[in-house]
Amino acid sequence: MDIRALKIKAAQIRMDLLTMIHRAQTGHTGGSLSNTDILTALYYEVMNIDPSNPNLEDRDRFVASKGHSVESLWCILADRGFFPKEELETYSQFGTRLIGHPNNKVPGIEMNTGALGHGLPISVGMALAAKRDGRPYRVFCLMGDGELAEGSNWEAAMAGSHYKLDNLIGIVDRNGLQISGSTEEVMGLEPLEEKWAAFGWHVVSVDGNDIEQLLAAFRSVPEVSGRPTLIMANTVKGKGVSFAENVPGWHHHVPNDEQLKLALAELSSYIDQLSLKGQVK
Amino acid sequence: MTMNTIPNRQVICDTLLELAENDKDIMVLASDSRGSAAMAPFANKYPQQFVEVGIAEQNIVGMSAGLAHSGKKPFVTSPACFLSMRSIEQIKVDVAYSATNVKLIGISGGISYGALGMSHHSVQDIAVARAIPGLAVILPADRHETKKMTEALVNYEGGVYARIGRNPVADVYESDEYDFEIGKAVTMKDGSDLTIIAAGETVRIALGAAEALANDGVTCRVLNMHTIKPLDEAAIIAAAAETGHIITVEEHSIYGGLGAAVAEVVVQNAPVPMKVVGIPDEPAIAGKTAEVFRHYGITADHIKQLALELINK
Repeated sequence: MDIRALKIKAAQIRMDLLTMIHRAQTGHTGGSLSNTDILTALYYEVMNIDPSNPNLEDRDRFVASKGHSVESLWCILADRGFFPKEELETYSQFGTRLIGHPNNKVPGIEMNTGALGHGLPISVGMALAAKRDGRPYRVFCLMGDGELAEGSNWEAAMAGSHYKLDNLIGIVDRNGLQISGSTEEVMGLEPLEEKWAAFGWHVVSVDGNDIEQLLAAFRSVPEVSGRPTLIMANTVKGKGVSFAENVPGWHHHVPNDEQLKLALAELSSYIDQLSLKGQVK
Repeated sequence: MTMNTIPNRQVICDTLLELAENDKDIMVLASDSRGSAAMAPFANKYPQQFVEVGIAEQNIVGMSAGLAHSGKKPFVTSPACFLSMRSIEQIKVDVAYSATNVKLIGISGGISYGALGMSHHSVQDIAVARAIPGLAVILPADRHETKKMTEALVNYEGGVYARIGRNPVADVYESDEYDFEIGKAVTMKDGSDLTIIAAGETVRIALGAAEALANDGVTCRVLNMHTIKPLDEAAIIAAAAETGHIITVEEHSIYGGLGAAVAEVVVQNAPVPMKVVGIPDEPAIAGKTAEVFRHYGITADHIKQLALELINK
């Protein structure tokens, strides 16, 4: 897909996840909107995956350490055909497998996550297995910035560089906000890029809502052989919905009828603009 | 009983050394614990199947889950006191919930590190592990059983917490020529007046109590409940129905361990008088295993006394 098509896809995914969250009246709206562009780049362009064969032996692995932002992931997996799109209507309903965190009973989900600080240790294990067996697959682990206060991430960061896992790509959804407010007020993370570099990771900083920059970063991995890559994806929490952007409360606010209408209108006019540009071109 | 000088941890290493020759998916992980787990020979012989994680018990379980997800058979060898507490959320989520094939070997369990204090005792580990859905919990009684357990673990698909002690323990089996099955108790001795149910190193003590009682004309059944989960409920119900009295003996808190597990089955199926012998609800006293056991009445003599009281009530 070209960049314009990917941007349109990301906007459509945002519309899908807002609709789904509104229908269920529950969800982590802000974080799903901030990571939508990252997931769009990975699932439509970067990762070697096959929706018709979710257990493909040498598929790239994706681990959502920030498991609570699962709504964008559910919408993307459905759109890619891992399961029927109608199933999105069961999200958060009684007995559903589309729960509020990744669930490996759903095709396309590798591991159950949700407890923070678990994804990177798991990803280090997967990447180490690939190295020991000489397999070509890569492991992508998406972390939230708030969850980096969990010490287990740094245990894993040490191990990732100790074992020279250049097939491991950590992505930090650096939207700067967590449930109580700014990450720097809750528990300061800065200087964050320097921290990862000090742990032996090759750090690449991008605008995490710019698909072109994300693709360039993902495609250059590994820039440094023998070192894991950390992509610092500087994002906007609530991205794409003007009234939700950078507002901490939208961590798990749910749009009401009026807000959903406004948000969908904003996103569809954005899609119209992009489509128009495509026609002129 | 023959005197034995081989600790169970060495038996696990020897067994895995043998099996890993042909099974390249077997992996051993250590948290700066290859020495205390007696795994240095494995690390030296199979560097591609060994992973040092450093002193990081959360990471060792998370990484093992990732390795298992990729088809490996990871054996995590780390002190029981840390593995069962520091890593419990990883065990709950990454192993049990994600259904990964991880074997957690808690070494130096119970009060093995007797003089080091409560930080290094693991007498709550069985209670915690058995509350985790689907996690099997196993305590082998001696070196022969440890070997058979290790062989069984390699072929068992799913999460397991196995606990062994640090020092050599006297044999309770003459050889490994017996049937070991995960989830199936072993009747070490049969009798009709009372059943003593034990696991791990307390099986030897239970057998001692049964011998002492035999001198007084009391015959005991002794069940080696090496698997505390899934529990052999049929063996417990039969023991209650056929012998009428039950004593449990464990190197663990009296809360939530073997005694509690047996009592849950007994009260719901075949209520009979019971006594639970173990460590009381306090930071365990410091000392060598035999001294600590004596202090808390985890001895053949004390069990005999309890048995007579129970029977003569």
